[in-house]
Amino acid sequence: MNDSAVTASQFGLCLCHGCGRLSRLGGDGHDMCCRRCGAALHPRKPDSIARTWAFLIAAYILYVPANVLPMMRTGSLFGAQVDTIMSGVVYLWHSGSWHIALVVFIASIVVPLAKMFSLTYLLISVQLGWTHRPMERTRLYRILEFVGPWSMLDVYVVMILVALVQLKGLATIQPGLAVAAFGAVVALTMFAAMAFDPRLLWEPKKDHHV
Amino acid sequence: MFEGSRGPDLTDIPSAVAQPKRRSSSQLVWLVPIVAVLIGGWLAVKTILEKGPTATITFKTAEGLEAGKTKVKYKNVEIGEVRTIGLSDDRSQIIVTVEFAKHAEDFLVDDTRFWVVRARVGGGQISGLGTLFSGAYIGLDIGRSTTKRNEFTGLEIPPIVTIDQPGRHFILRSDDLGSADLGTSIFFRHTQVGSVVAHELDQNGKGVTIKVFVNAPFDQYVNANTRFWDAGGIDMTLDASGVKVDTQSVISILLGGVAFESPAGTGAFPEADPDTVFRLFASRAAAMKQPDREMREFAMYFSEPLRGLTVGAPVEVNGLLVGEVKNIGFEYDARLKKISFPVDVAIFPGRLRALSQEGMAEPTPAEWKARMDTLVEQGLRGQLKTGSLLTGQLYVAVDFFPNAAPAKIDWMKKLPVFPTQPGTLVELQATLMNISKKLENMPIEQISADLRQALQSLNRTLVSADHAVKRMDKELAPAAKSTLEDARRMLNTAERTLASDAPLQQDLRTSLRDLSRASQSLRELTDLLDRQPESLIRGKKEFKR
Repeated sequence: MNDSAVTASQFGLCLCHGCGRLSRLGGDGHDMCCRRCGAALHPRKPDSIARTWAFLIAAYILYVPANVLPMMRTGSLFGAQVDTIMSGVVYLWHSGSWHIALVVFIASIVVPLAKMFSLTYLLISVQLGWTHRPMERTRLYRILEFVGPWSMLDVYVVMILVALVQLKGLATIQPGLAVAAFGAVVALTMFAAMAFDPRLLWEPKKDHHV
Repeated sequence: MFEGSRGPDLTDIPSAVAQPKRRSSSQLVWLVPIVAVLIGGWLAVKTILEKGPTATITFKTAEGLEAGKTKVKYKNVEIGEVRTIGLSDDRSQIIVTVEFAKHAEDFLVDDTRFWVVRARVGGGQISGLGTLFSGAYIGLDIGRSTTKRNEFTGLEIPPIVTIDQPGRHFILRSDDLGSADLGTSIFFRHTQVGSVVAHELDQNGKGVTIKVFVNAPFDQYVNANTRFWDAGGIDMTLDASGVKVDTQSVISILLGGVAFESPAGTGAFPEADPDTVFRLFASRAAAMKQPDREMREFAMYFSEPLRGLTVGAPVEVNGLLVGEVKNIGFEYDARLKKISFPVDVAIFPGRLRALSQEGMAEPTPAEWKARMDTLVEQGLRGQLKTGSLLTGQLYVAVDFFPNAAPAKIDWMKKLPVFPTQPGTLVELQATLMNISKKLENMPIEQISADLRQALQSLNRTLVSADHAVKRMDKELAPAAKSTLEDARRMLNTAERTLASDAPLQQDLRTSLRDLSRASQSLRELTDLLDRQPESLIRGKKEFKR
């Protein structure tokens, strides 16, 4: 922690998120705004941990229906079929396209889970004031932010198929409820990642409530 | 802390403006997980509420079934889906786990039946063609029981009738299945009114039980007296009454069939209850026979060979069928060292009674015995007769032979022995025997000796006749020949004389002409004399004009 010994907040300073102006915070640092642009000033993201937890818990909850409910209903001349994410993966695996199965499995099941677990880990580490390996944890957070939008793969595929395959009577594809849930999971994990303040990783526990 | 000591001058940095208290947004964010919980909870509750019962069904094969895809349909309405397909512990069957819709809970009762609907061809019909494209599905017939059940044994073949189909089931018992098969049609007066729904071999292997279903409203024609018979194929019988061919319809010829009918004139019977047991007869003739509850058995000993007499051959009285041959046996009388062949016949007196108009009461055994004795006294005898010269089938005729040797029914034997009369053929045989015997007794030697003598004298006579003829030939012939020649010569002369250019003819013609001329002159003379008689004296006067 010796390399981060001096922080702006220690001097009561804060950078405006709106215009980038450095301001001095008076009092307890709450309810201040930028003198130049009027944006609210926070030395750290406000309620970062609580918000992240909220989004993360919501994501966890919605992850269940996203995997249990049908993702896609395929209706064709030869019968109807309802697929969940996992059944699609199993089907692909059994039909020989194991690489595609792997891609779908990683993109749709592993990545969201990994994201949520990683966020949980970061949150816990911050709350417990762990000080080891802040560098690695920061890198993890960066990866999380980067990966965020890409885990929407499933949703993209379903939406494209639904739009393309609408041959009345012959074949139709309809999205299932899981698409919404899955989209919500991805969005919520993104929000959670956004709500998380990586600077907390570098600070001892006592400063969290600043 | 480090207030202004080492760092830059912080006083230049403008201080932030205090903002009036806005909102406390920190708690609002917890709405998000709450909403998520609500949504998740709602989904979970909905899923749990909608989750219907699951049941397992065993089948012989999983052909066409696919876990997660195959549906369960009732009247083509989807009510469930196959979840898993597994093998039974002994690997002889497959076990299909089906998840049903919530509202299908009441369908899973004790007598609900499941089967796999596939495209099928057979029994004259094609079904389930739609499944060629959509894949097989599991059909079911919802039972009426109220006992819930979760484990079912699937049918391998779709049931022919469903429980809600109006009509009645009946049970037929038969020695063999005949032409009946699953789905085989039931005919009533050649109308298709139902079908065979099940059949199985009896436990002891000695018969077959067939379950048939007769559709409403035709089931009302099945009464306690209805007869069922196997109407499949062509029923061709060759018996003492000749060749008979009986068929129901073209379909039944090809695919078999079962027909039923109630014998005419049997009066009103109540409609048969469901699952009444009937006997399945082999043919219509057998079925329409009066049920012969009352049966009297007799043994008959025939003197003639029994070739052509079969078990089941008719016993007729005056041409009316009253019974049949039950058995043809063999007896060895150790005491008399004699073998005999008793023919056991069964007489059904009820048949004759049925013919009587006023209706006769069933006689007591004593009455029956007395009556039979009287009839036998009057000459009632059994006789073997040829039913058909073509096939040589024999039947037993019971007729009156007033001239028959007196006989009695031997009531003492196990089977009363009914007296018999040799048959017509045997009579003929006996006559021929008599004739041959008489022939045998004739003095053929003597006759032949006499005959030979007669022949010899005849020969002699003939020889002398021959001599006479020869002599005549020798002596008379030359004379006759010369006479004939003279005669011919004479005839020749006569012919020549009489020929038209013969001199005699010429002369004769000239003479005749002269004669006519002479007669003409004579007439003229007479005329002259008539007119001038004096001319005779004076001579002819010149005619003066």
